[in-house]
Amino acid sequence: MVNIVKIAVRNLRRYQRRTLLTSSLITLGVVAVLLFISVSGSFKNMMIGQITDSMLGHLQIHQKGYLASIDTLPLNRNLQEKQVAKIEEMLNGNEAVAAFSPRIKLGAMFSNYTETTNIRLNAIDPEQEMRTMPELVHRIVKGEKKGLLKKGEILVPELLAKGMKVEVGHDIVLVATNKDGSVNGQSFIVRGIVEGVTGPGGRDGYIHIDDAQTLLRLEGKEVSEIAIRLKDMRQLDKVFTAMSATLEPIRTKMDKPVFEVHTWEKLTPFANIAKMIDLMTLFIKIMLVAIVLVSIMNVMVMAVYERINEIGTIAAIGTSPGKILSLFLAEGLLLGIFGTLLGIMLSLVTIAALKAARISFDFGQQQGIILNPSVTLTDIVSIALIVIAIAVLGSLQPAWKAARMDPITALRHV
Amino acid sequence: MALVEAKELKKTYLAGDIPVEAIRGVSFSIPPASFVSFIGPSGSGKSTLLNMIGCLDPPTAGVLTVAGQDVSRMNARESAKFRGTHIGFIFQDFNLIPVLTVFENIEYPLLMVQNWPVQERKERVNTLLAAVGMQEQGYKYPHQISGGQKQRVAVARALVTRAELVLADEPTANLDRETALHIITLMKAMRDEFGTTFIFSTHDPKIVRNAETVFTLEDGQLAASKTEGGFHG
Repeated sequence: MVNIVKIAVRNLRRYQRRTLLTSSLITLGVVAVLLFISVSGSFKNMMIGQITDSMLGHLQIHQKGYLASIDTLPLNRNLQEKQVAKIEEMLNGNEAVAAFSPRIKLGAMFSNYTETTNIRLNAIDPEQEMRTMPELVHRIVKGEKKGLLKKGEILVPELLAKGMKVEVGHDIVLVATNKDGSVNGQSFIVRGIVEGVTGPGGRDGYIHIDDAQTLLRLEGKEVSEIAIRLKDMRQLDKVFTAMSATLEPIRTKMDKPVFEVHTWEKLTPFANIAKMIDLMTLFIKIMLVAIVLVSIMNVMVMAVYERINEIGTIAAIGTSPGKILSLFLAEGLLLGIFGTLLGIMLSLVTIAALKAARISFDFGQQQGIILNPSVTLTDIVSIALIVIAIAVLGSLQPAWKAARMDPITALRHV
Repeated sequence: MALVEAKELKKTYLAGDIPVEAIRGVSFSIPPASFVSFIGPSGSGKSTLLNMIGCLDPPTAGVLTVAGQDVSRMNARESAKFRGTHIGFIFQDFNLIPVLTVFENIEYPLLMVQNWPVQERKERVNTLLAAVGMQEQGYKYPHQISGGQKQRVAVARALVTRAELVLADEPTANLDRETALHIITLMKAMRDEFGTTFIFSTHDPKIVRNAETVFTLEDGQLAASKTEGGFHG
């Protein structure tokens, strides 16, 4: 094997320009794919992180049918105290769950005593919410961050604060319609201004869950949803399946499921963007495969054609067809390895340079997002394996042709 | 016992749909350690016959025995193995592998065909390098040596596996007179030293003069044969 590789290396060095050209094509392809993966992946992960860590959590549990009517924030589809207790018991016993946060979601009128507008609110338990949404506190752009909020305080979304000319420390009034259709009002002190982010709930305000129960005159501890954070997001599908299986048998008298469980992907349209990014990555990978396949096949067909006489000679002196095949496959393999290694090194250097340059971009209402490209070892290994496998595959046909060549015909070739 | 024995050997090619008889029932016998030449005009079947003896091309009919084995019905893999063990080749254009040094070219059959151990391989190659007078040139690549030196290397490569038979197709065609004479002398010396049989296909009178047996081919048939002492028609 060593001798086959040695001869292959010498043959590649023999046609240096062609070897360099083919390798650089492979290198270019690898760099393009790894850069795309790193940049798009960083954007995707950042957006997913922001959505799951500051708004949605990884999973949410609602009463069945809540999600279908989420735009109206229906209070009549809240989870009742006993149901909440059952879910909390299940979540407390689940090793994969890092934290969970019960919420009441409501719509209200927001008044600064001179003007009134609509507001969507998340009523939360600050302690539980902070554990479940660790990034929420970083969205507070004005006001005290520590502890998130207390009873009687409100976090006002940035856009609304600007429109209503509300500042930290101001008094405001919330007026909400209760389940029975009656109206109730309550005053709050603006605790902070919370930055708006893209996605569902990205422009919601926050109040204490106890205040919401008073404002809505709720009897018992009913909630609209329970947001769940997992210890490891990679366990999402597994945990989702297990939770769905646990909750599915709990049914109403009409034999309909009581609960519904959703992953973050079902709760935000950004999941489609993430899927599109994955699809684009796949297409870029397919393009890379095509580049490598065409380059390697081209160079190996040339190599076989130029060395027909040589193939005849080694076949005549007794080299087995298998060894002749190996000689050419080794050349393709080495070209693939060389181009891939060079591509990986160049990609890592470029990614490091992009990180160091701290390039910023805007996305939706968010400005100055710093690009933080990165690739995982899995990405690097999978790309390397794909390229090297395709390089060998691309060499197979020319190598096969060389191995099957008739020595007499080959020796006559000029 | 003959090293090469042919009985009613025939080879028919198809030129399009038309069968062409290149060799028409040739029989001969070549003993070990011979210096044999096949001569004849172009198209007489010299190269075809040499290719059959060299197990590169199977005969259409007849029996061909080389080194005691019937090689008439071997498949491609068996032929390759047989060639690697029993037959050496010398070509008109030297056919050295350009990416290998002189040493490595001679070593190639031991390494890639016969899998000799390192030490034995080195000793054998050095012996052959010395035998062909190339011991100082082992590190050079084929493009760094002359035509005559290339053919010396080719002779060494053909003999390195201790092949009983070396087939040489016009081995002096690309050499000047003096170099050609040196190569012929070298091959004869190798025959004497190693007991190898050399079979040539040639037009070169220098080789013909040195051959102990000369077979003349015409239209795919043996027209005459000469052993030292005279021609037999």
